Amino acid sequence: MIPVCRLDDLPAGESARVDTMPPIAVFNADGELYAIDDTCTHQDASLSEGWLEGCLVECPLHAASFDLRTGLPTCLPARRAVRTHRVTVDDGVIHVHVAAEEDTAA
Amino acid sequence: MRTVIVVGASLSGLYAARELRAQGFDGRLVVVGDEPHRPYDRPPLSKDFLTGRSGEDRLALGDTEELAELDAEWLLGTRARGLDTRDRTVLLDDGRTISGDGVVIATGASARRLPGPALAGVHTLRTLDDARALRAELTAGARRVVVIGGGFIGAETASSCAGLGHDVTVVEAAPLPLVPQLGPEMAALCAALHRRGGVDLVTGTGVAALRGRGAVTGVELSDGRLLPAEVVIVGIGAVPNTGWLAGSPLALDDGVLCDDGCATALPQVVAVGDVARVGGTRAEHWTSATEQPRIAVRNLLAGYTAETLRPLPYFWSDQYGARIQFAGRRLDTDTVRIAEGTVTDGAPGEGGLLALYEREGRTTAVLSVDRPRPFMRARRELGRGAGAMEAVS
Repeated sequence: MIPVCRLDDLPAGESARVDTMPPIAVFNADGELYAIDDTCTHQDASLSEGWLEGCLVECPLHAASFDLRTGLPTCLPARRAVRTHRVTVDDGVIHVHVAAEEDTAA
Repeated sequence: MRTVIVVGASLSGLYAARELRAQGFDGRLVVVGDEPHRPYDRPPLSKDFLTGRSGEDRLALGDTEELAELDAEWLLGTRARGLDTRDRTVLLDDGRTISGDGVVIATGASARRLPGPALAGVHTLRTLDDARALRAELTAGARRVVVIGGGFIGAETASSCAGLGHDVTVVEAAPLPLVPQLGPEMAALCAALHRRGGVDLVTGTGVAALRGRGAVTGVELSDGRLLPAEVVIVGIGAVPNTGWLAGSPLALDDGVLCDDGCATALPQVVAVGDVARVGGTRAEHWTSATEQPRIAVRNLLAGYTAETLRPLPYFWSDQYGARIQFAGRRLDTDTVRIAEGTVTDGAPGEGGLLALYEREGRTTAVLSVDRPRPFMRARRELGRGAGAMEAVS
């Protein structure tokens, strides 16, 4: 379980990058919190810097799009899913529970 | 339509094949490729692939399952040498012919070479085989490398070579590289990245000759200087692969001439990617190669130009640890304003920068160095603006 930041510091529409190995991106999508692996599965780009629209995040390099709920790509050029991670808020602090490798969506 | 032939098995050729199936074409689909490889992505060749950070498995476009679903006949390692447009027959260099109802031309472009005899140690970087050969040479120990050409391929390759510990010099004939793409102010900032990466940039002089007998030993510059080198990389642009279309009635002029819908003057022949000059412009951009096939296939299947596109030009480059992104259509008369970030010692400062190109109070283009998020916002706004302008014009 990794603390990310205070909930107050991540308003709706914002994202935070956690420097785990590999890094994780945490999103506040209209009040719902999601965490996925930060690196686009197509090519090296940080999804925390992507464009958030509803539950989809668009990669800032080549416009691949991922569903934050499942980690699955919704369009090319990405073809492989990113891992999703569970997020909780304890005492006003956002925590990420890093998923094991085998939890990766197919 | 019963048979469609896609000539070219790279990025735009594969996207065309995908679009044909996605848009309901269920006939015979033949893809002809002159390289022996399945479609692969080129951008990593000058970067992660060259430095060994990633392998060939990361280059593949489309996995076995998807390629099987496409249900195409792949004629790889086979070069097209002619197109008979009367019956839309593609002639192959092994003597075979394939006739189809529709043809997608996606033959790309080839690296421009220097005249003169071939010397060992002299490379271009365009194909997987090029990259394999160069990678093998670069792992054989520290070398003196001269990169001829300071464009994106040259700069990325120089950056990768420097990262591998080689002694690197870039030679650019113009007073400053990347001016046509970025304009002088921003080109100067990006040129300064070479210094950051420990690479010498020599500008304003061309190459007179390569020295060496059998293997290259140096590069003689037009101003008389001699740069010793064991490895020379020639990055002086690419030439569209239209030679095989000579003698066909297709209009050729630095590419296959197409309308705004990727359609040629001949019914049932469309062109996409680096080889296509769409609406007067030929763009050697990854994004164009992935965007054009949807429109081209739509028009091919319709039999006329039912839809056109004029996407906002977009390209990116990774060099010396910096990510450069550019979108829009700038003119030399535009003014440039740094909207975010700072300049340190003539180069983008730590934290990068965002620059806006402006004309009569509106933004025409945007350049970002390591500022992907505001770049994305600006690019989207530009795209909306461009769409609105075309709607009223």
